[in-house]
Amino acid sequence: MSENSEFEPKIIAFLCKWTTYAAADLCGVSRMPYPSNISIIRVNCTGEITADMILSAFEKGADGILIGGCRPGHCRYEDGNLKAANRVHLLKRALAEFGLNPARIREVGIAGAQGLIFQRAAEKFTADIRALGPSPVVSRV
Amino acid sequence: MATPRIGVFVCHCGMNIEETVDTARVAEALREYPGVVHAEDYDYMCSEIGQEKIRSAIVEHRLNGVVVAACTPSMHQETFRRAASEAGLNPYRLEVANIREQVSWVHSDREVATEKAIRMTRAAVEKVRGDEDLSPIAVGHKRKCLVVGGGIAGIQAAINVANNGYEVILVEREPSIGGHMAQLSVTFPTLDCAQCILTPRMVEVSRHPNVKLLTYSEVLEVSGYLGNYKVKIRRNPTYVDPDKCNLCNRCSEVCPVSVAEEFNENLSTRKAIYLPFEQAIPSSYVLDEEACLGIEPLRCGECARVCEVGAIDFDMQPEIIEEEVGAIILATGYDLYDPSHLTEYGGGKYPDVVTSLQFERMIHPSGPMKGDLRRPSDGRPVNRVAFIQCAGSRDPERHKPYCSRICCTYTAKQAHLFKKSHPDGEATVFYIDIRTDGKGYEEFAQGIISSNRIRYIRGKVAKVVDEGDHLGVWGVDTLSSERVELEVDLVVLAMAMVPSDGTDALAKTFHVNLDENGFLKEAHPKLRPVETTTAGVFIAGTAQGPKDIPDSVAQGSAAAAQAIEILSQEELTHSPEVAYVNEELCSGCGICEAVCPYGAVKVEGTGVAVVNEILCSGCGTCAAACPAGAIEVKNERHAQIEEMIEAALGSEK
Repeated sequence: MSENSEFEPKIIAFLCKWTTYAAADLCGVSRMPYPSNISIIRVNCTGEITADMILSAFEKGADGILIGGCRPGHCRYEDGNLKAANRVHLLKRALAEFGLNPARIREVGIAGAQGLIFQRAAEKFTADIRALGPSPVVSRV
Repeated sequence: MATPRIGVFVCHCGMNIEETVDTARVAEALREYPGVVHAEDYDYMCSEIGQEKIRSAIVEHRLNGVVVAACTPSMHQETFRRAASEAGLNPYRLEVANIREQVSWVHSDREVATEKAIRMTRAAVEKVRGDEDLSPIAVGHKRKCLVVGGGIAGIQAAINVANNGYEVILVEREPSIGGHMAQLSVTFPTLDCAQCILTPRMVEVSRHPNVKLLTYSEVLEVSGYLGNYKVKIRRNPTYVDPDKCNLCNRCSEVCPVSVAEEFNENLSTRKAIYLPFEQAIPSSYVLDEEACLGIEPLRCGECARVCEVGAIDFDMQPEIIEEEVGAIILATGYDLYDPSHLTEYGGGKYPDVVTSLQFERMIHPSGPMKGDLRRPSDGRPVNRVAFIQCAGSRDPERHKPYCSRICCTYTAKQAHLFKKSHPDGEATVFYIDIRTDGKGYEEFAQGIISSNRIRYIRGKVAKVVDEGDHLGVWGVDTLSSERVELEVDLVVLAMAMVPSDGTDALAKTFHVNLDENGFLKEAHPKLRPVETTTAGVFIAGTAQGPKDIPDSVAQGSAAAAQAIEILSQEELTHSPEVAYVNEELCSGCGICEAVCPYGAVKVEGTGVAVVNEILCSGCGTCAAACPAGAIEVKNERHAQIEEMIEAALGSEK
């Protein structure tokens, strides 16, 4: 794993604009740094994230996918976060069958006021993906 | 679609972005990017000069899309979209790349931050490339406002909205409106009697022809959206008809059950059937079902037997009331932090260690002691009082990290009132700092402090101990570094303010956020202090954070003004970023219908899904569930997101 010390993972974070995206903004406002490896795509609700989007992010070179929505019971759109959880759960199982470590996808539920929790989640996920090494997905479109 | 002609505007935000992001390089890189025909950077894009740059570039370069790389879109996206619209560009063809909160403020390496800013701006260009012209969707709306909470903030909001000619439903869960202000003795800095200034407002709101007052009621469910919220309210039975009750008190006299009296902060008892307080509105006795010996089946019934006017009705049932409103104001107030958390002060354990609100009742001329201050434990007179400020506040390790804002001033008031009635008594105040931020508060508090009638000791109390017939207060004077040991008759804890019980559940019901301390969270701490991120739901008073009466009243009026802004619209619109159906791909399977949280998609006669744009909130749940990719959200199509992912990852075009 020694080569991994120089490996800079590419991470796509799909963040719900009502909560986790706001938490990421709060990190900025509070000047709480987190790894630049994380590139944020703002979405309305994690419930709109499809398996295709996640797969395509891997195909385009992402080493990890972070999905940040509302905490359970707090979804702006009733239960989009739980629908996302179900979908991601199935996708992880399928990906494991194809040899992609499901740990490359992580879901978090972070309220808009929890900047510190976003910072820690971003640091932890980046470290974990760094340890996993580059994504084995080679078919880059 | 037309050939993209996209303009990119990179903001320096003074040094906020420029310090870590080379904005000129971002503009230069974007100028080379496919579809971009113009790129520039400027100090402050949000300024009038910056907005003019966008407007003139739209005209000069015939732009059909704009990206502003600046602060978070929740800050200025609306500002920039308005500017674009003034220059003739459809506002939904403008997107913001967040290179301040999510780049320059969180990364320090200029090279890394610049490179990331380029990628994130390119991603926004990809979004714009797929954006289409959209127009806001007109929705009908209800010209009625719901106010939750009948304390001073809610009362003020209700009166303001009602005076503007709109109907108001004012919901209060206690049997009377008035809130905590009704309990106070006098108010700082003018020493006005709280009742004297509050009661006229309570009467005004209850008699207002546009206000429907629902006390002893709670909101159960809320559905709908801006302009069209459906609310289900439960009105609990009081078992007393307020129109018949003549306040004779006979029912209370014969009632065999005594329980702690909430209005007096449990320093006295009341009967199961009782008048909440003398100036209560509605002015009527209430039967506390939980305390009563039994209604179903009836086990006592003494109260009804003695009621000469037949006001007591044991058959009264909970009533479910449904209302449709256009705007909502939440003003659910505060509670005091539970003193039993402060074990070192004997909070909740020693009866003579009381909270600041209990002390208000104790010195109130019509309180449980009729103004004759006595120790709760043994009824002996009180001659020595220690006031402990910041009890639970400003203690991030163990209690609440924030300042409760009003305690320094009311403690000065309470100590002053004590010395006024007990000129020979001893009053000692323990403080960390004196914070008296309101208009006239510093003069008020300093006037009291400098009179030298009260001993002010800078330092926290370490321990309060029960020493038999008195309490021992152990602390340190941090100015003289001397140990302090006092013998007192009473300790008053200036308790931290916390959100009122049930605020968490309320936030869920109304889909609003809480801050890290559990108070209702405003949409922006400076520019949108009474808005929430849910359109049409506003907040006021101490439910948003600790504050005094004038600030609560001001927020009540501010929230009312914002609600009126919605209610008074001739036509209300909502975002056109809603779902649409590609009928050629739709097989009519109905999965979208099953997953939509709002019933906004239906498969009807034509055999394909049809979107009700008025009900659709654009969440995209249907788009994710559709197996054929036939339903998508306008301007948030999967193809756009895929292109954004590619650009964000740095794949070259």
